[in-house]
Amino acid sequence: MGELLNCDIKINHLSRVEGHGNIRIHIKNGQVEKASWDVVETPRFFEAILVGKHWENAPVLCGRICGICSIGHTLASIRATEQAFGMVPSRQTERLRLLLKHMETLQSHILHLYFLVAPDFLGADSVLELIKPHGDEIQRAARLKLLANDGGDLVGGRRLHPTRTVVGGFTMLPDRVKLATLRQRLYAALPDLNKTADLFASFAIPDFTRETEFVSLKSEGSYPFIGGQLISTDGVLKEEEEYLAMSNEYMVGHSTSKWSKLSRPSLAVGALARVNNNFTTLHPLAQDIAGQLGLQPVNHNPFMNTIAQLVECAHVVQDSIFLIDELLGSDWQETRQPVTPRAGSGTGAVEVPRGILYHWYQFDEDGRITKADCVIPTSQNNANIHYDIIALARKLAEEGRADHEIRLLAEMLVRAYDPCISCSVH
Amino acid sequence: MEKTRTYLGVEIKRPRTAFFELSSCEGCQLQILNKEASLLDFLDLLEIVNFREAMSGGSNDYEIAFVEGSVTRADEEERLLQIRKQAKTLVALGSCACFGGVNQLKNRFNDLEWVKKEVYGDHPIETQEVRPLSDFVTVDLSIYGCPVKKEEVEEIVTNLVLGKSIDHPRYPVCMECTANGNICLFSLGEPCLGPITRAGCDAWCPNNRMGCWGCRGPADEANLSQLQEIMDSHSIPRQAMLDRLECFGGFTSAIKKMNK
Repeated sequence: MGELLNCDIKINHLSRVEGHGNIRIHIKNGQVEKASWDVVETPRFFEAILVGKHWENAPVLCGRICGICSIGHTLASIRATEQAFGMVPSRQTERLRLLLKHMETLQSHILHLYFLVAPDFLGADSVLELIKPHGDEIQRAARLKLLANDGGDLVGGRRLHPTRTVVGGFTMLPDRVKLATLRQRLYAALPDLNKTADLFASFAIPDFTRETEFVSLKSEGSYPFIGGQLISTDGVLKEEEEYLAMSNEYMVGHSTSKWSKLSRPSLAVGALARVNNNFTTLHPLAQDIAGQLGLQPVNHNPFMNTIAQLVECAHVVQDSIFLIDELLGSDWQETRQPVTPRAGSGTGAVEVPRGILYHWYQFDEDGRITKADCVIPTSQNNANIHYDIIALARKLAEEGRADHEIRLLAEMLVRAYDPCISCSVH
Repeated sequence: MEKTRTYLGVEIKRPRTAFFELSSCEGCQLQILNKEASLLDFLDLLEIVNFREAMSGGSNDYEIAFVEGSVTRADEEERLLQIRKQAKTLVALGSCACFGGVNQLKNRFNDLEWVKKEVYGDHPIETQEVRPLSDFVTVDLSIYGCPVKKEEVEEIVTNLVLGKSIDHPRYPVCMECTANGNICLFSLGEPCLGPITRAGCDAWCPNNRMGCWGCRGPADEANLSQLQEIMDSHSIPRQAMLDRLECFGGFTSAIKKMNK
């Protein structure tokens, strides 16, 4: 009989994630005495900053909540404002927004898959160490990321903190020839995605499950990204405006991020939640990749979130090709509709790379914000990450794993959620 | 053996470089990882020893420190002082580091207790007035923008490595915009800070038909009252100009002067 496990792991400012979070695991005589996920990020108080601001400031300011998903924040902000003012975007605007959203999803997922996650499976500290031994893979990652960023520039004016996206539509429309070129490049990217699937199929995804409740938008015939009903795997169904009943934010002592719960002590949002809730509306190629990588709904292994992201990459590339075909199939209509502010409130729910994001604003009759609320995917995930760490620590303690293994697996677990911590605290 | 890099026959050392972030969206650091076509060449210029967002196992032995974000809590003040102690060259990366950025908009209420309550209710939370890096330490070099433009970062970093001097444009965004042959946004009725904002971004927003929001701070001799006249003559609401002027914190002292 071996000695009972003792270890004390303190990871301050976990690396290869966005923002600042700490992992703490203390195991004594094989028993987990303490395990926690603590968010120590500084708050920036965006909900207060917005108060008194005229409506046109909202998307510009809120895009700045996040450097990775600025497009998603901008689109959620625009949707909340348009809902409040009773505006319905044109089909053209809707299609262009979705295409832009897809470019962000692809960019963010590829960054996570190759730059943040792959080094753990390949035994490296960073992607920099992989450049020489894995040149082909890194070139492929750079190619895919460049494609997504170029698409973001083309439709949104800028990949980060977009410039063309406004309440009512766009300030400018993309060049049609460049749109056709983007379509060709997307088509040519499909083999790269298949190779990415092969690469991740060669990784041993840790075997760990903890049953949880997955929350996402509900598909209405197509895989959902912008607006619609809210659904959970525990059978909760709500309207977009009822987002508060879905997110139930509350504060805990050891975190500057709020936490969320629904039918259980915690919930999960993100690619895995979307795939679990909406598998049948994924593009067939995406479903094939899911099959190849052993992802079937409902999957309760949080490490599979990375695989779900890969599946979504295939979906958004295919769907972008369809969107461009539709856009190029007709002449450009009006770029932007006029905005008439009115008193009232509106909600914008958007599926951003890390999960469902809600913006809610209340306006006075001049179109000034009187109250604002932003519920971030990672803040909804933080409680789930915390409980996962406890469960993982218990499992590893039982298995009598070595210190460094526990440390690495705990880090990998948090990374699998692709947390956007500064965003979660905002 | 790594090949030796030379410039005009002189050997160039790859400086040990670290990236840090205080209160920010981390988007400026993400911009460093963008522009994929030249990314490997760019990374070849520097020996990156600390970049938490992208790598584990960072080192605290570095010569150049890029710091993104503004100071909003006591522990950030402390971290910044530590970084200053170690770095030969401290670079403020982006508008939050240079001016406070959008974060400093919370200062305008002059009521931190209200700000805290609006977001966290009665839950205790620590924060302080948002300040740029230069309020605490000497900043050797500023890279402006929200976000920073990678082309400009590449140029500045190349000059830094070669030991060349670094000069920011003194003229306004308006000149770059005109040179690009854009339709003037004033004639479309759009507010724009192009005439008073420091150039260097190649009129990034106006090229996309969005008026300039002044994220790079004032150009030399920025004339705010003249801009006000232009906006008035195009019937652009004064509120729109004020919203932009206060957005990133670059014009804080210019506004104070104007109000005197």
